[in-house]
Amino acid sequence: MENEPRGLLISPIRDGTVIDHISAGAALTVLRMLDITGQTDEELSIATNVTSMTSGHEGKKDIVKVSNRELSKEEVDRIALISPHATINIIRDYIVVEKKGVEIPKFLSGIIRCTNAGCITNDNEPIKSAFEVTEEGLHCLYCDTVITTNPENHII
Amino acid sequence: MKNIISIKDFDREEIDSLLARAGAIDAAPQIRKTLDGKQVALLFFEPSTRTRMSFTSAVARLGGTTITVDSVEGSSISKGETLADTVRVVSSYVDAIVLRHPKEGAARLASEFASVPVINAGDGAGQHPSQTLLDLYTIRQSMPLKGIHIGLLGDLRYGRTTHSLAYALSNYDVTIHTIAPPTLELPESLVTELHKRGCTVQEHEDITEVVPDLDVMYTTRIQRERFPDAASYYNVAESYRITPEILEGRKEGMIILHPLPRAGEIDPRVDALPCARYFEQARNGIPVRMAMLEEVI
Repeated sequence: MENEPRGLLISPIRDGTVIDHISAGAALTVLRMLDITGQTDEELSIATNVTSMTSGHEGKKDIVKVSNRELSKEEVDRIALISPHATINIIRDYIVVEKKGVEIPKFLSGIIRCTNAGCITNDNEPIKSAFEVTEEGLHCLYCDTVITTNPENHII
Repeated sequence: MKNIISIKDFDREEIDSLLARAGAIDAAPQIRKTLDGKQVALLFFEPSTRTRMSFTSAVARLGGTTITVDSVEGSSISKGETLADTVRVVSSYVDAIVLRHPKEGAARLASEFASVPVINAGDGAGQHPSQTLLDLYTIRQSMPLKGIHIGLLGDLRYGRTTHSLAYALSNYDVTIHTIAPPTLELPESLVTELHKRGCTVQEHEDITEVVPDLDVMYTTRIQRERFPDAASYYNVAESYRITPEILEGRKEGMIILHPLPRAGEIDPRVDALPCARYFEQARNGIPVRMAMLEEVI
């Protein structure tokens, strides 16, 4: 085992965004929430279940790297719903020029499906779901349903 | 452009102003022709008798005319058109849209796509602001709203009228007494919200124990389909029935309301008592809906 070759799982990127400390196994959902699909032109690197040391404790995490695109905090904040400890690193010429955490935004548009089957947002209408984030949970602005638990189960 | 979508969009001042307008209409309805030359579309994609008829009457009494769609089958919705497209098109024909729809949030959606004002005449299990406003109007005919003790009786879990009324009354420092069968109590989230808005909410199991405290008893229908079998439904329905005997210990001036239709919740012998105001309440749908139309057009 000692002679096993070691190396980077994914290479550094020159310019773009690195989303680090994503909860293990959540990387693909994160991409979906960022609307980065199989149709994207961006160069993507995804690592899942990477061993990580946080505060001296070994754990697992996922990492997503998006080359040549700087994701804004507003774009990335929505992933706080499923990965509250994620960090966003903006990379320019291999240097981290900006690093910040994520916060659940006050308003979520088109990210969560309303759990109320009778809600108009679940019909074939040209609207996106709309939720206000409150102390009680996610409040549907159309039908007033409040999602209090596991919002990640209702991601569109 | 103003819409009336949810009672939650109204603050106390706005409610008071609309009720005052309804009062003025009630006092002298014959001189108002504020909708002269105006046309209102009544889009009713769900069955309704009272609400549709009273809106029709309200428009006519203000000098306006109506065009009505009263079923999905008779509309382009049956051909797969979205509600968003329907209201965009109808907007170009009329001066306002009154919408009833089976889906919650439909009126809010309609207001986002319509180029004329939208009044919500009930969206599924969601909001029905004209009912709430006429409930408040009927109470205010008998007493000021501030500080009253109101009993909400019946199916408080699924009944949209009680939810909206409780929310609206939370503007007036009231005490709400709930009397509901197990599993049909007021939703916990609503109770929390009412507390936050300064309302006192007290739960009761027995009607007779609470009757002497009440200024208003608001009764609603307990629906048969909420129970596993007919026997358990009839047992519960019987113990939540208002009779002249139950009302013997009531306060002087106490009133009984019901959004109608009723299905045995109120003994017909109660109709003859001075506290029975539910038919007056139904009649009040006219001035209140006239006031709502004037407000938006």
